[in-house]
Amino acid sequence: MEFFLQLLVNGISLGFLYALSALGFVMIFKSSSVLNFAHGELMAIGAFLFLTLSAWADLPIVLAFALTLAGSFTLGFILEKFFLRPLIGEALIQVIMLTLGLALMFRGLLLFIFGGDIHDYPDFLPEALSMKWGAIQIPAVYVAAFIIGILFLILFGFFFKYSSQGIYMRSVADNQPAALSLGVHVRRVFALSWAIAALVCALSGIVLGIINGINVHELSSIGLKVFPVVILGGLDSIGGAILGGVIIGLLETFTGGYISTSLREIIPYIVLIFILMVKPYGLFGLVEIERV
Amino acid sequence: MRKIQFHPCGSYKISYHQDLNIFGTDFGRLWMVIGLVLLFGVVPFISNAYLLYIINNMGIYAIAAVGLNLLIGFTGQISLGHGAFFGVGAYTGAILATKAGVPFFLAVPLAGVISAAVGMLFGIPSARLKHLYLCIATLAGQFIIEYVLVQWEGLTGGAEGIVVPRATLFGLNLGSDRAFFYVTFFCFVLMAWIAVNLIRTRIGRAFIAIRDNDRAAEGMGIPIFPYKLLSFAISSFYAGFAGALYAYYTMSITPEPFNLWLSIEYIAMIIIGGLGSIPGSVFGAVFIVSLNETLSHITEYLMNVGTSTGIAITIAPLREFVYGLAIVLFIIFEPKGLAEVWRIIRSSFRLWPFSY
Repeated sequence: MEFFLQLLVNGISLGFLYALSALGFVMIFKSSSVLNFAHGELMAIGAFLFLTLSAWADLPIVLAFALTLAGSFTLGFILEKFFLRPLIGEALIQVIMLTLGLALMFRGLLLFIFGGDIHDYPDFLPEALSMKWGAIQIPAVYVAAFIIGILFLILFGFFFKYSSQGIYMRSVADNQPAALSLGVHVRRVFALSWAIAALVCALSGIVLGIINGINVHELSSIGLKVFPVVILGGLDSIGGAILGGVIIGLLETFTGGYISTSLREIIPYIVLIFILMVKPYGLFGLVEIERV
Repeated sequence: MRKIQFHPCGSYKISYHQDLNIFGTDFGRLWMVIGLVLLFGVVPFISNAYLLYIINNMGIYAIAAVGLNLLIGFTGQISLGHGAFFGVGAYTGAILATKAGVPFFLAVPLAGVISAAVGMLFGIPSARLKHLYLCIATLAGQFIIEYVLVQWEGLTGGAEGIVVPRATLFGLNLGSDRAFFYVTFFCFVLMAWIAVNLIRTRIGRAFIAIRDNDRAAEGMGIPIFPYKLLSFAISSFYAGFAGALYAYYTMSITPEPFNLWLSIEYIAMIIIGGLGSIPGSVFGAVFIVSLNETLSHITEYLMNVGTSTGIAITIAPLREFVYGLAIVLFIIFEPKGLAEVWRIIRSSFRLWPFSY
């Protein structure tokens, strides 16, 4: 029973990490319908930027954090301006391939600068955040991940529902020409959504880095793990991303705990195929109505 | 005797038959014959062993790339699992050769057939999914096949892989690069010929209709799901066929090369070459294989230089960077690929003094 409870807690915490890393992804998809394969690498860039600023340049944590977020925000702008913008209107596969190419570039560059070793952040989270019930304990980082996840869920929920920029983003995702003709500044919307997404990626990269250590390979493989999470929840649903994350997290820990550890890596994909056969747009994805 | 056809100075096609012609003029036919003579008569004798090895690899990759282009470029179904189907073909070929003792000339097509079956299995989600969702479903297929290749140790030998016997054809030994060159390129020409003709048939037209708008295709009476499955099957057949050739050529296979990276390389090939173009897939395969070889030569060279200055290991990741950069630049500056570049060059020759 205790084993079961510990697995449950581990699964949910892992799920929240996945959900957190999926948020930036959903952000990009929701506004520009781009499937971003460079997601893991964007997280790694954020994590390494924070590492450079906090541990090596010795800035105070808060300042380093703010600078990292600002840097990622700018990076998102640059990415959109120079790489994604020429592709507006091109076929889906070209956009996918472009983000794959970007992922390779980033990974090569990061490996060149930082190497393939695992780096660690200095400890800065207060111990008081960690929780303990009986034999089950939750480390401080997971609590932080949980809080950040919930915070972003609420924030994005309000952003997309009530703010004018959020509504612009949804309109652009839904129908670009219609949005353009109604006076939405589509280019600005794209730029802003990539910038915000890069910022969220950096944030999740930092959280993942605190937990597992920062490693380029590790972070880019988590970037791939994001796909089953977002597809399961529905590509354009933030609530779905969180639920999908938790489902995948639980599946992984329970398979790893009760069946076999090698099956653990593959089980999300098997479940994914079956769920997609029943619900082709994920659990909460917007069902597209197609007209010829 | 028929009149020799030259390039007309406009489009004078008055029947579908003329529009479907592969060669617009007799010059095209002549050039192809010259090309084939050069390929089979000259190339294997002027290249050294290393160059032949690279050319053989290009041929093998080109077969699989043609298959992927039929699926992505002509039917519009994005697949991220082509590398895995290639792996299935390689393993099937190897297992048939070692455990069942099937001869080379039977094992290779059989491997294609088994791959086609696996491809159809992983193509089933295309009944309900499209675009991004299908893309991720095939990504799942890639990971599942990779897992099976590593874990089913009784059949695949796990991480240690299988040693494949030397290929023989009717008693002839195909161990040398030159002998294998003829086999590879005979298969390549045959498969490319089949692909070019396939897209002129009813099946090919159905594929293109599904790519352009599957709902409209359905409305016109094309049963889209069987055709999508057929497209997956044909594309995986090409992949499996090429995979079996690869297994025989390298003579020892492990699950390692058939990862997601290989699938991405195949997509890079057809995008750089040109989507929806059979010659384009060949250009793409040639380009990617040469890029790979060049980059590994440069890194090797730099590493040898670097050992004295202490930057030996750090230079290797730059290879990945340049590779990514090449893909990105291609997509931004020539999204239609090398096939389009080739077309522009050709037509500027054709229109030479009066080009506009």
